Amino acid sequence: MELDKIEEKELRMGVPNQVVFSNTLQELAVTDRDILVTTSDSRGSGKLVPFAEKFPDQVVEVGIAEQNLVGVAAGLASAGKKAFAVSPACFLSARALEQIKNDVCYSDNPVKLVAISAGVSYGALGTTHHSLHDFAALRAINNITIVAPADNYETEQAVRSAVNFNQPLYLRFGKKAMPFLNEQNESFEFGKGRIIRRGDDVTIIATGEAVYPAWSAAKVLETERGVQATVVSMHTIKPLDVGLIADMASNGRPIVTVEEHMVNGGLGEACASYLMQNGFHNAFKIIGIPDEYTVTGSQVNIFDHYGISAEGLKETVLNILS
Amino acid sequence: MTVRELRLKSIFLRKQLLKYIYHAKAGHTGGSLSCTDILNVLYNKVLNVDPKNFKDPDRDRYIQSKGHSVEALYVTLADKGFFPEDDLETLCAYGSNYIGHPTKKVNGMEQNTGALGHGLPICVGEAIAAKLDEKNHRIFTLLGDGELPEGSNWEAFLAAAHYNLDNLYAILDYNKQQITGNNEDVMRIDSVKEKLQAFGWEVREVDGHNIEELIEALNNGPFKVGKPNFIIAHTIKGKGVSYMEGNLKWHHGVPSDEQYEMALNELNESQSLI
Repeated sequence: MELDKIEEKELRMGVPNQVVFSNTLQELAVTDRDILVTTSDSRGSGKLVPFAEKFPDQVVEVGIAEQNLVGVAAGLASAGKKAFAVSPACFLSARALEQIKNDVCYSDNPVKLVAISAGVSYGALGTTHHSLHDFAALRAINNITIVAPADNYETEQAVRSAVNFNQPLYLRFGKKAMPFLNEQNESFEFGKGRIIRRGDDVTIIATGEAVYPAWSAAKVLETERGVQATVVSMHTIKPLDVGLIADMASNGRPIVTVEEHMVNGGLGEACASYLMQNGFHNAFKIIGIPDEYTVTGSQVNIFDHYGISAEGLKETVLNILS
Repeated sequence: MTVRELRLKSIFLRKQLLKYIYHAKAGHTGGSLSCTDILNVLYNKVLNVDPKNFKDPDRDRYIQSKGHSVEALYVTLADKGFFPEDDLETLCAYGSNYIGHPTKKVNGMEQNTGALGHGLPICVGEAIAAKLDEKNHRIFTLLGDGELPEGSNWEAFLAAAHYNLDNLYAILDYNKQQITGNNEDVMRIDSVKEKLQAFGWEVREVDGHNIEELIEALNNGPFKVGKPNFIIAHTIKGKGVSYMEGNLKWHHGVPSDEQYEMALNELNESQSLI
């Protein structure tokens, strides 16, 4: 792709990605009776009430029991069902981690683990309800694809791809309405990052709901400072699109990564690992939630606090460029 | 297979699993001996599984939750023709598929198990899927008593009753011992029958070394329409080898040359009395 081919427009506001998840699944379930949703008293949070009303026979409720949620989903998947195990990311990826590791990944049962209200979506509810460890924990498990869509387009495509994806999958959604970041009719594929904005001075690689602040920072940098930033939506954390990272690094420009995750073990460290082991020495900065007791507040409050914002990322980019 | 033939088969399977544990210098001896009769009856009298067509979607499922007693399962599957018995000479060897817990790399294994408290939830999923698809196959799991304190089992006990899974059979290998000591001292799980009844299961109690009782219980379900089936099989850890029976040392003890010979002699003698 040429750097100047992407036209920037005003962003169209969408809905929360987990609403798109539910809507897309409802559309697909009409003709695919093997689609089953397993929930842990989480259908409300997962925006799945309309799904449950339309397809009551395609919902397996297990109550608040996340270990059982994942074990049951593994059994359903083993029996040929397209099992979507839906639960808040904080519980799904911690309480049921051993079930994910053994019953899904090790036994190779193609469950679609749907982590809702991820990251700091439940910001004011505190650390019990944050999932800032899930990329790190799951990256260290063999046989799982980890996907955090940035906007409604990526979410819809990810859900469509997930239905017949025959391997363990972790889909991570937030609860905030997201703008469409790039509505160009391009392909979406697990494992292939998407360039949503192009510029020659710096590359910002972001994932999930941190892509929008990255995009906003790029706009501000251009408007206020004339700095041109490329922004990548690295929706798939694993397997990482190392080809795209190499492309981004090959001209030597600085790289900033941004994620709604602790700085330990997430997107940034995955990128750093690849770059260092492959001879790239670009200036590099990881922006995420630091290893401390996380401040509470709304998602926006927390993003602002830790510099996952247009202003914060602008400062990070200006620092790295200087 | 007659009851007498099954009794002889149990002796044979005990000798086989001791042979391979002795050869590998590794294995969960006591627990494997305690569930040998259960596996023997399952595979020779109960389960509809075909070694030549193991992936038949209509097969009965057997998922061994107490995965560490895999040696009993290996020798049972080998005897049924799921794989050549000689394969077990690689038990626990570098690069072998025949490791210390069940894996799907071995023909006849449904799931990779070993971490405790995992088998039953998977079985619940399999049983729900069978109900949704209006299939008649049954789902069996074998639980160890030492794994009952795992909370995930109790989550699954609730779900099985909630979904009226009368196609699900959980068998408890109740030898009353675990690696540290007696269940009674480690974590009391007494009143299992009453607990499971309170959780909405239909419960039967059998002598887990009595072939007739096992056949009767495992082949005559569902015990009550709409209820999941729980079979408490009272067993003895190390069953069949008197110096191992009830002796915690044999949880994963490996016999010496002399001990191995003693065990074989005893089992041969038992065989001659059948």
